[in-house]
Amino acid sequence: MDPNRIGDPTKESLESQIDAWRRHLRRSRALTGRDVEELEDHLREQIASLQADGLSEDEAFLVAVKRLGSVDALTREFAREHSERLWKQLVLAGDSERGGEVGGEGSRRMWVALALAVAAAVAIKLPALFGIDFESESAAFFYPLNIGFLTLPFVVAYFAWERPLATSSRLWLAGAFALAALVVNLFPFPSWAPGVRVPDTLALTALHLPIVLWLGVGVAYVGGRWRGSERRMDFLRFTGEFFIYFVLIALGGGVLTGLTVGLFEAIGYDIEPMVGNWIVPCGAAGALVVATWLVEAKQSVIENMAPVLARIFVPLFTLVLVGYIATILATGRWIDIEREFLIVVDLLLVVVFGLLLYSISARDPLEGPAMFDWLNLVLVVAALVVDVLALWAIGARISDFGFTPNRTAALGMNVVLLVNLAGSAVLYARFLRGGVPVGRLWSWQMTYLYVIAGWAAIVAFLFPPLFGFE
Amino acid sequence: MNINKDLVAASSTPLVLAILAEGDSYGYAILKRVRELSGGELQWTDGMLYPVLHRLERSGLIESRWEESESGRRRKYYRITKAGLEQLAEERRQWTTVDRALRNIWSTLAEFAAAAANPAAATLALRPGPA
Repeated sequence: MDPNRIGDPTKESLESQIDAWRRHLRRSRALTGRDVEELEDHLREQIASLQADGLSEDEAFLVAVKRLGSVDALTREFAREHSERLWKQLVLAGDSERGGEVGGEGSRRMWVALALAVAAAVAIKLPALFGIDFESESAAFFYPLNIGFLTLPFVVAYFAWERPLATSSRLWLAGAFALAALVVNLFPFPSWAPGVRVPDTLALTALHLPIVLWLGVGVAYVGGRWRGSERRMDFLRFTGEFFIYFVLIALGGGVLTGLTVGLFEAIGYDIEPMVGNWIVPCGAAGALVVATWLVEAKQSVIENMAPVLARIFVPLFTLVLVGYIATILATGRWIDIEREFLIVVDLLLVVVFGLLLYSISARDPLEGPAMFDWLNLVLVVAALVVDVLALWAIGARISDFGFTPNRTAALGMNVVLLVNLAGSAVLYARFLRGGVPVGRLWSWQMTYLYVIAGWAAIVAFLFPPLFGFE
Repeated sequence: MNINKDLVAASSTPLVLAILAEGDSYGYAILKRVRELSGGELQWTDGMLYPVLHRLERSGLIESRWEESESGRRRKYYRITKAGLEQLAEERRQWTTVDRALRNIWSTLAEFAAAAANPAAATLALRPGPA
């Protein structure tokens, strides 16, 4: 029998055996593609030499693999030698030595991201041409409304470049951004004059608009295929990582600006106006794009941080909330409603919502209930109890306070989150009793994104006219 | 023969360096040479050679290149560097010292054993002081 004949069953089986062995080795992070190639060359030579000694293909393969040592021992040995490989390294521009993506693609992404970051930094300073400096008083009437329009389009542009995004989706997104920008800028808010305070409704619009616009980023992120809760879940994961990266970059930026000011102060040059007007806004705008690109680039390289943080803080927040409720019950102290308390409770609900979202985002959907799921449920229920207590206390005095725009917005957001958490609690309880799969909880949260965005849109676009742009 | 693991590990550096000093080589051939040199007594687990090679490469004692082998596969060849040759000389000095010390004690022990067979001579030989 001719051993080189294509389709020879024994020949194929040796190749497939080597294939399986290679795949097994590739799974270890301690070995790069090059290492495996080197070992494979060794294996093949050994097999050839054993076959020359009269062993059959199968026997030769087994002996050769045995002589190389068990895969576990081998990877352990490589890991000891290349311990740095166990720290997942982010290879920014692609490095062939590590068997990662080779050159081209990776570095092209980096350059496009950097170009867009520079463009965003320029865009945020464009209003200066019309006399609106970032730190000036008049800017307080302009930037809060427009900051999203000056920066987020570049994030969208990155995704539009990077992903296949249908022309219709592109036009739709551009139209939506343009329309929103037009509407909020045509709102007859009082314009700036010395002594005029920024109206509450403007602040509310500024606060809620980014939530709506972020949804536009989401549409670009999923490449226009918004249907299917799995894609939206990915976008949510992206959001968590993006936030963490942005905060980290901001921390670094803080150190940079602090040192800059310190250094220039020493030579008696006042750099602070430059820092406030240029470095901070341009840096922040650029950081948005850079953070986006970083999340994308390291997605498969580095462990997602948001679920890890959620894991750490779920028990801690649960402890605090249960302790809080216990203290209220034990001491009989009633919640003393201050004006700001509703905001605090809203923030609490947002945090709990985030914790829940990110701890279930990292969950294996096929796995059954675990200890941690019970903890999540306790956290959600505790947050609900605190919220109900707060709403009760506010309800009694809402007539004293009156429905100002701020309070209405805070109350509305509270109700939106309350309903979400209540729904989550019910689904979670049913899941823990084995009634429904955890996927139901996901799709509930993913569907609810519409409600949150919808409420944000109502506050951003309808509150100013409803409350007379006050 | 089963050789102590530490000893295998300690001797791997001079062995590999010395084999590469003979000429450029690659993993499988280096192992074959080790087997030849030790008369088949020194058996490494084949795979363990590679982390050793990578360590030496990283510390600059050897360098590697990929080349097409006669079988048409890509193969990683290693070559000893100048620093590697210096290291080899140093290793050689150290191992020679250890070897000399061991040889001395082996021969003393051999005399001892011979003396045990002949106790009268042994007392004289081992207690040379004023009796």
